[in-house]
Amino acid sequence: MNEKERPIVLPGEFLCEREGKRIGDNVYEENGKVFSKVIGIPKITESEISVIALSGKYMPKVGDRVIGTIIGVEVAGWFVDINSPYVAFLPLGEAVEEFVDTSRVDISKYYDVNEVIFCRILKVAKNKIIQVTMHDLHAKKLVGGVLVKITPSKVPRVIGKGGSMINLIKNKTNCELLVGQNGVIWVKGKDKSKAIEAILLIEKESHIIGLTEKVEKMLSEEK
Amino acid sequence: MKRGEVKLITDGKRIDGRKPEEMRNVEIKLDVISRSDGSAEVAFGKTRVLASVYGPRALFPKYLQEHETGILRCRYSMAPFSVDERKSPAPDRRSIELSKVIRLALEPAIFLEDFPKTVVDVYLEVIEADGSTRVTGINASSLALALAGIPMRDLVCACSVGKINDTLILDLNGREDNYSEVDMAFAMMPGKGKITLLQMDGLVTKEELKKLIEIAKSTCEKIYEMQKNALREKYRVSE
Amino acid sequence: MDSYVLELLEKGKRIDGRRLDEFRKIEIRENVVEKAEGSASVKIGETHVIAGVKAEIAQPFPDSPDEGILIVNAEFTPLASPEFEPGPPGEDEIELARVVDRGIRESKCIELEKLCIQPGEKVWCIFVDISVLNHQGNLLDASALASLVALRNTRIPKLEDGKIIRGEYQGKLPVIFKPINVSIAKIRENLLVDPNFEEEKVTEAKISVAVRDDDKICAIQKQGSKEILFEEIDKIIDLAVEKSKEIRKLVK
Repeated sequence: MNEKERPIVLPGEFLCEREGKRIGDNVYEENGKVFSKVIGIPKITESEISVIALSGKYMPKVGDRVIGTIIGVEVAGWFVDINSPYVAFLPLGEAVEEFVDTSRVDISKYYDVNEVIFCRILKVAKNKIIQVTMHDLHAKKLVGGVLVKITPSKVPRVIGKGGSMINLIKNKTNCELLVGQNGVIWVKGKDKSKAIEAILLIEKESHIIGLTEKVEKMLSEEK
Repeated sequence: MKRGEVKLITDGKRIDGRKPEEMRNVEIKLDVISRSDGSAEVAFGKTRVLASVYGPRALFPKYLQEHETGILRCRYSMAPFSVDERKSPAPDRRSIELSKVIRLALEPAIFLEDFPKTVVDVYLEVIEADGSTRVTGINASSLALALAGIPMRDLVCACSVGKINDTLILDLNGREDNYSEVDMAFAMMPGKGKITLLQMDGLVTKEELKKLIEIAKSTCEKIYEMQKNALREKYRVSE
Repeated sequence: MDSYVLELLEKGKRIDGRRLDEFRKIEIRENVVEKAEGSASVKIGETHVIAGVKAEIAQPFPDSPDEGILIVNAEFTPLASPEFEPGPPGEDEIELARVVDRGIRESKCIELEKLCIQPGEKVWCIFVDISVLNHQGNLLDASALASLVALRNTRIPKLEDGKIIRGEYQGKLPVIFKPINVSIAKIRENLLVDPNFEEEKVTEAKISVAVRDDDKICAIQKQGSKEILFEEIDKIIDLAVEKSKEIRKLVK
């Protein structure tokens, strides 16, 4: 096997015996044996068996910080597209601190259609009713810049260990970057095309080892 | 002419020169449609089918949504130029039935319960038809679903088998499809040993039926390797 | 009700008290529609379908210029069940009609070559229309049986100067076999013959097998959204062959 490759598993492929471990993302159990549900990279730790998918849609999880676009203004909140099969709802109380008399105030003055927000997933009900909140240290409205979409499962690769990858791109391009767990990345800055190129390279070759070096090389070229 | 009246086997060779249990050349291409969430093209000889997957995505109108599970939709369609006489592009009764059986062949493999209220759409387009289009399409769909990251129990592999005179044959071409005495469409999850499609018409004894299923099973196991190799190849980055 | 069906099955019982391999009571009535060339009403338990046959003159298909034509069509009338809606045929109706068609066609029970009037020009076209009047499960077996019985009592109209004289007949439609359709449902580890409506709702997979008089199998169709195992197929085929003999005795 090529050393630069990570081992890929396919749907239905046997991973290991369960042996009391937790069933994590993208795996299933059958008679004590654990199999992959997707094409991905297996992650078997002492306590959990999971697979990092190489493709697929974003499935909201409580606590995830995501980048969303307002797609509807209601009486007491907003519908937010979070790049998922499920539309999220931002209740008024989770967005605005002050008291708002909804019978008199048009709440689109806070957030309007097509505006972009960095928010946190507050609640995921069993039937996939999703709520997001702006009551979060990092939450904010994102003004200007462009949105780049990547496969959500590749977000950790864009961030890198301890933020190494994202900091590399920030430093080399002097761009502002925000990465949503939902695979939406906000890029703002003069040199944004370089940053976007780097992000797309990571998206394409996320499964190879030595990716950081490759990205660094790419960013250093043809200044 | 009708079933059984066309000479399809001479001196142990079929009209396209194949041995009875020989498959046609299988060609697999992945990611053939860039906007798709997952796509594949599979060819069995001249039969060529494209499959494209969209989803899971929000399902509208809302009353179609299932609260506990996602739903799968399939559409099998033949391009008007894919057959000898132009086929009207509107779905005919055969296409409607095939869309249903293909859906049911794929559904056991998919964890639809992982994405309630949504839909996964699988669109199949037969570009050229020379027999065995539904099973070719199922193989393409299996690959497209896997590429789209849809959670699956296993890949789904499919093939056709049949009977000419007293000879059992594998992977029917167009003429054999029309004139052989028996044809059977078969799909399974090879890793699980579970059958997801079984359709047969023609006259067979119980023993012949058993033998046909055996041939189909061992062929699906071979196709399983082909599907897996194609998927692994995609992620093999040279450098 | 769903969970009750399953609970009973754990004890090997069915909600209507039948054995797993037992059909509901089958009632066949022939010639129920005078206007039709052939007709039959079949009840399997509460499930009720009528099949009517009409014969028309048509041009033969180019690849079989001296053979009659068989066309099977099914309609789930909205009065039969709250799930049925008016409108063009849906995939379930189309599938049912096509599976019934294949059972009849592949068994070669109709001597289509005897239905030629003028080679390449005129042949008899036999339309079998199935109307589902009450849906209490296993529509397929009821429809196939009604179609077979209707075909077996079908008379071919008289011709005068190439025109059909309605109400007068020249003879019977040649039907030489009795293909019987048997549907078997898989619910967990159980195989149930002739599933009723409640059982169909929890059916994981269903296999319909058409069997001819000589025990040859002429059509198979798997339905349902779950898989089936190899050893189950063997059992299903054996069961279908056995049950087909029982039902065939009811057909004149």
